Amino acid sequence: MSERIVVDPITRIEGHLRIEAEIENGKIKDAFSSGTMVRGIENIVRDRDPRDVWAFVGRVCGVCTSMHSLTSVRAVENALGITIPQNAELVRNIMLATIYMHDHVVHFYHLHALDWVDVVSSLKADPAAASAAAQKLSNWPNSSEGYFRDIQNRVKKFVESGQLGIFANGYWGHPAYKLSPEQNLVAVAHYLEALEWQRQIVKVQTVFGGKNPHPNYVVGGMPASINLDEANAINAERLAFVRKLLEEAKTFVDQVYIPDLLMIAGVYKDEWGKIGGGVSNYLAYGDFPTNGYNDFENYLMPRGIVLNRDLSKVHPVDAGSPDEIKEYIYHSWYEYEKGKQAGLHPFEGETKLNYTGPKPPYEHLDIEKEYSWVKTPRWKEQAMEVGPLSRLLVAYAAGKEPQKSLIDSVLAQLNLPAEALFSTLGRTAARGLETKLIADWALEFYDQLVENLKSDSRMVNHENWDESKWAKTAQGFGLSEAPRGALAHFVKIENSKVKNYQMVVPTTWNGSPRDELGNLSAFEASLIGTPVHDPKLPLEILRTIHSFDPCLACAVHLYDEKGDYVHQTETF
Amino acid sequence: MEHKKLTVYEDCLKKGVSRRDFLKFCASMAALLGLESTGVAQVVEALEKKSRLPIIWLHFQECTCCSESFVRTSHPILASLLFDSISLDYDETLMAASGEQAEKCLHDTMANSKGEYILMIEGSVPTKNEAYCCIGGRSALQIVKEAAAGAKAVIAWGNCASSGCVQAANPNPTGAKPAKKVISGKPIINVQGCPPIAEVMAGVVVHLLTFGTIPQLDGLGRPKAFYSRRVHDSCYRRANFDAGLFVESFDDENARKGYCLYKIGCRGPSTYNSCGIIKWNEGTSYPIQSGHPCLGCSEEGFWDNTPFYERRPALNAFGIEATADQIGLAVGAATAVGIAAHAVATNIRKKDLIENEAEPA
Repeated sequence: MSERIVVDPITRIEGHLRIEAEIENGKIKDAFSSGTMVRGIENIVRDRDPRDVWAFVGRVCGVCTSMHSLTSVRAVENALGITIPQNAELVRNIMLATIYMHDHVVHFYHLHALDWVDVVSSLKADPAAASAAAQKLSNWPNSSEGYFRDIQNRVKKFVESGQLGIFANGYWGHPAYKLSPEQNLVAVAHYLEALEWQRQIVKVQTVFGGKNPHPNYVVGGMPASINLDEANAINAERLAFVRKLLEEAKTFVDQVYIPDLLMIAGVYKDEWGKIGGGVSNYLAYGDFPTNGYNDFENYLMPRGIVLNRDLSKVHPVDAGSPDEIKEYIYHSWYEYEKGKQAGLHPFEGETKLNYTGPKPPYEHLDIEKEYSWVKTPRWKEQAMEVGPLSRLLVAYAAGKEPQKSLIDSVLAQLNLPAEALFSTLGRTAARGLETKLIADWALEFYDQLVENLKSDSRMVNHENWDESKWAKTAQGFGLSEAPRGALAHFVKIENSKVKNYQMVVPTTWNGSPRDELGNLSAFEASLIGTPVHDPKLPLEILRTIHSFDPCLACAVHLYDEKGDYVHQTETF
Repeated sequence: MEHKKLTVYEDCLKKGVSRRDFLKFCASMAALLGLESTGVAQVVEALEKKSRLPIIWLHFQECTCCSESFVRTSHPILASLLFDSISLDYDETLMAASGEQAEKCLHDTMANSKGEYILMIEGSVPTKNEAYCCIGGRSALQIVKEAAAGAKAVIAWGNCASSGCVQAANPNPTGAKPAKKVISGKPIINVQGCPPIAEVMAGVVVHLLTFGTIPQLDGLGRPKAFYSRRVHDSCYRRANFDAGLFVESFDDENARKGYCLYKIGCRGPSTYNSCGIIKWNEGTSYPIQSGHPCLGCSEEGFWDNTPFYERRPALNAFGIEATADQIGLAVGAATAVGIAAHAVATNIRKKDLIENEAEPA
């Protein structure tokens, strides 16, 4: 006897996601992931100046802010044959490292933690015991008994006020919460500290990009000039400010985020290190160039694919090849000229909006037919997971350091086999581990920038800025690793205007509906077999879905090759 | 659980905030709001006596940059105070509950705080087909109309909710509309920008808490406290404009000296915002300071005022205020509703016009 449940909205994510699941004998038997909002940004950038597009597509997402702008300038530079100066590459790397640290920490504490941490339980904690536990975890100075007592009193008074705000109707007291009251209190304290910390680290992007969210980029380099002898440019004072922010970020990651992650992993590993694995293929484009964007062999995060969880081999990926990546729409609210079965490479991407779902308000989607605004991408017809876990698995399989040693040491510390990585907990842990590495890399990039500035201050390559130098037609693609996973932008330029723009983003891979053959994408596959204590309380579903850090605004966009929107088949 | 609402001050005391810190917070908010020293007392009094304001924060066609900006709001105690001085009863980005439990939060606040809650909207509403944005099986249009009906006032966060932003740019594939086009009969505060500056968002909320009224608005529904100055007029590079010293291309000799970015497309002369005054991320910088022209993100239709790097209307003479105003007039007239020259703009803004006419979807 199966029961159909709906979780909509899935909160603590970016965007609008709906999960419908069938539960049988206390376990999830089948699951359906639906993106329920569209905007059409790919269509909006058509016929525009390719040098402007980074600003438009930057607005795809304000959470992983700067990712789409970076990927867009890479795509346009690729199409126009522009190589950026070393300083600009390093500044981009520093800004990329910044958004990783911000995004991952905010995800862990403010989007994901409440799945594992029972806020109300922290009221029962003994502050002295919480202090002792915290001091055992790390050297972070905010760990006295008095500190935790103050935090506890603060939470107590908040709860007593009767206005619970964002904590209202949470799943407090659910038997799936396993942390001790003291561990919960430590985590709640760090939830508040992370809220304060997160607004500091983004200032690195503000120094170089002028604002955050949505800092500025420019095709050919970076907009902020460096002049060590000028008050009105990036000078030694601005650089010192960046250095300080990066050092403080590393301290927070090392002394708060990682110890909390290991604490939570230690408690939940036996159950959540075994479930939630989902699809068994992992894709990463790689990022953090050390010898220029075009030399992907020298990225700190390597490029490649792991198939069938076989960690002995890394397969190559070519995003520009029409034989490798295709997008399907069998269960999505679109039409292709060649029919619902066809798959198209993004360069030839074609989508006609075609809503066939129920008229709102509705109870259920028609899961036999179309049920999402997200398309279904496949690599050589296979579903791929993207994100922190994929990046670390590709690095691990490639024997890449320092990733491999870090993973081995953490597995040893938690007394877990490598197979535990293929799980909900593995995904959440991978996010933390890469943050630790990136916090180190950010400081290395900073040192390299300072070193390079001794002989070279260029930030922009003007060579092909002027449109009179462009070929009549050009095409290119930009690849990156966004915090949520592999991101690709494809651009075709004709007569100095954007002819065609396509984005294949992380949550398109992870959150898409199944394909025509019924092969599930990552969200859906990861939920199968998950035990659900009480179907009315979707805590277990939230744990696994949040482990991907979904971003739905990114995942959904529509585009029509001819610029026509087809509505004749709409149901209302 | 008993619903006993404490005043902001009582709440602060309970949460361990000292009176000294509380007064510091009030003073900094008063400064942000442009109040004179007597106004500090007003802020103190208001926050001491009023209980936490219930908030419903809805997300529609957006990228969550407004929420991200809001959580970056600066002074240490401010972040925590705002977290606690309002009761954020429904906000999909931060709330613990999902699904039915989340929907219950929304319905409880609409029922229990009818006429008291502030409706905050992030994102535009699609109108070509309601199904282009659905939450909990209901369309954005259905949700926003229902939530607006019981709201005391509406805050439209950012360019999406104020004027449609990027998804409303040509050809506006989904028929994206701002709050003012789908809600009628409610005061709407358009807190413009993509996103708005964090402290501007906080400042608007504190104004509501402090005075129980909506702040004075300009002709486009923007709070005058933050949108009455052109970026150009408050720009630290303005002297370069007046002296005719311009950047010709990114990272050229003049860019490295921090000259004016007008000739590579700066929209500062036609953009009303506080970027040059409050700056971004606790005063760290703003786009022009970091070498990039202003895109004009607090203005309606700025996405179609492109290409971005094209200089605005030709300029024959520099150096005097009148010339700058004429430029502002020419550009402003093309982009918005003719608010440009200081005198004209001031007169319009004095009317406190709130654009609040609903258009049929």
